[in-house]
Amino acid sequence: MTVGVYRPGETLLHRLPVGVKLAALALFSLSVVLVRSMPASWAWLGLALLAALVARTDLATLLRAARMILVLALVVSAFQWWIDGPAKAVETLVDLLALALAAIVLSSTTSVNAMLDAIVRWVGPLRRVGVDPERVALTFSMAIGALPGTVTLALETRDAARARGLGGHPRAYVTPFVVRVVARAHETGDALHARGLGDD
Amino acid sequence: MPLIELDAAGVAVATPDGDRVLLEPTTLALTEHRVAVVGANGSGKSTLARMLNGLVAPTTGAVRVDGLDVTKQGSAVRRKVAFSFTDPAAQLVMPTCVEDVELSLRRRERRAGRRRELALAVLERYGLVDKADVSVHSLSGGQRQLLALAGVLATDPDVLVADEPTTLLDLANTRRIGDLLLGLEQQLVLVTHDLDLARRCDRVLVVEDARVVHDGAAEAAVAAYEASVLG
Repeated sequence: MTVGVYRPGETLLHRLPVGVKLAALALFSLSVVLVRSMPASWAWLGLALLAALVARTDLATLLRAARMILVLALVVSAFQWWIDGPAKAVETLVDLLALALAAIVLSSTTSVNAMLDAIVRWVGPLRRVGVDPERVALTFSMAIGALPGTVTLALETRDAARARGLGGHPRAYVTPFVVRVVARAHETGDALHARGLGDD
Repeated sequence: MPLIELDAAGVAVATPDGDRVLLEPTTLALTEHRVAVVGANGSGKSTLARMLNGLVAPTTGAVRVDGLDVTKQGSAVRRKVAFSFTDPAAQLVMPTCVEDVELSLRRRERRAGRRRELALAVLERYGLVDKADVSVHSLSGGQRQLLALAGVLATDPDVLVADEPTTLLDLANTRRIGDLLLGLEQQLVLVTHDLDLARRCDRVLVVEDARVVHDGAAEAAVAAYEASVLG
């Protein structure tokens, strides 16, 4: 969801070190989850919006990312409305939106490579116990990078099933999809190998 | 030019019905600037190409590049021999163009700022610098193949092995990528179905039924291949 939303820029939030931003996001998330009150929730949302404003996150990116989280948040809130009543439901909805916004701001101001460099630095001390920081970082980036590609494969497979008039049949869709994802994983592995990544 | 040697190198895989030979033991020495490999689908061309940088290990014999054994000294060989695939989508692993090129440069340049400069210079060279911060998924097929090539050429390898680099491309992009490949100063091993490209190479290998059946100057080899197909 937060893949590929990075927008280069020169704002304060772009220039902050990755570690500071990640720590701030962690602290923010923890506060949102732990402090349970309506005014606080609105304050969190306000804070997240302020961050988006400082980062000059463009509205289209915000809306696109928010739309996806909104569906999820609405389902969760509807459930809470039923269990705990409307006040709790609104609070949950606002909290979730604030968290999502903060995450989007982080992703839109931090390039994947900057994130990787940070991971390499942090995992560095584990080198002594046999962990290869470059490999850990590569694994992270692969996991992130694989998402859009996998979505494309899913859409292609669905279209192929539809073209053969098998649209309603989950097996006609799921089986080739899984096979293609595994095949793609093999190809990507070959490509990494060929580029000498993970050799040393 | 580097020396690529195949010393009775062959590949066979075990299947439930017994061994299947992907490439019969083959002995070759490639020293030409541009070598094309042509042949039918499933004839063993890709296996031959993949052996040259250790993606496929020979099950008999040995493959050496400038004396380095691709199986035993794989890491050193891959620094020398770059490989590009038919489908660039499988090869581009980072979200944006500049980041994908940076990935290739990680081993060479540890400083992030300098690495970015080098990556931008590479994109500049291939006319992709205006796409630096664009998602790799939003590129056209031709641009994607161009970026994939920029990514593997970023480390200045001595040899480029390209496995059907133009098969998925339209005419204009086939021409463009073909001109780029044939204009490289590096040694090129080009697996292709595009016989016009093959004709522009210095030497052509024709692969059929897991063996090299013709090996020689471009015109004669392509003519032999066409004759074998058209009967």
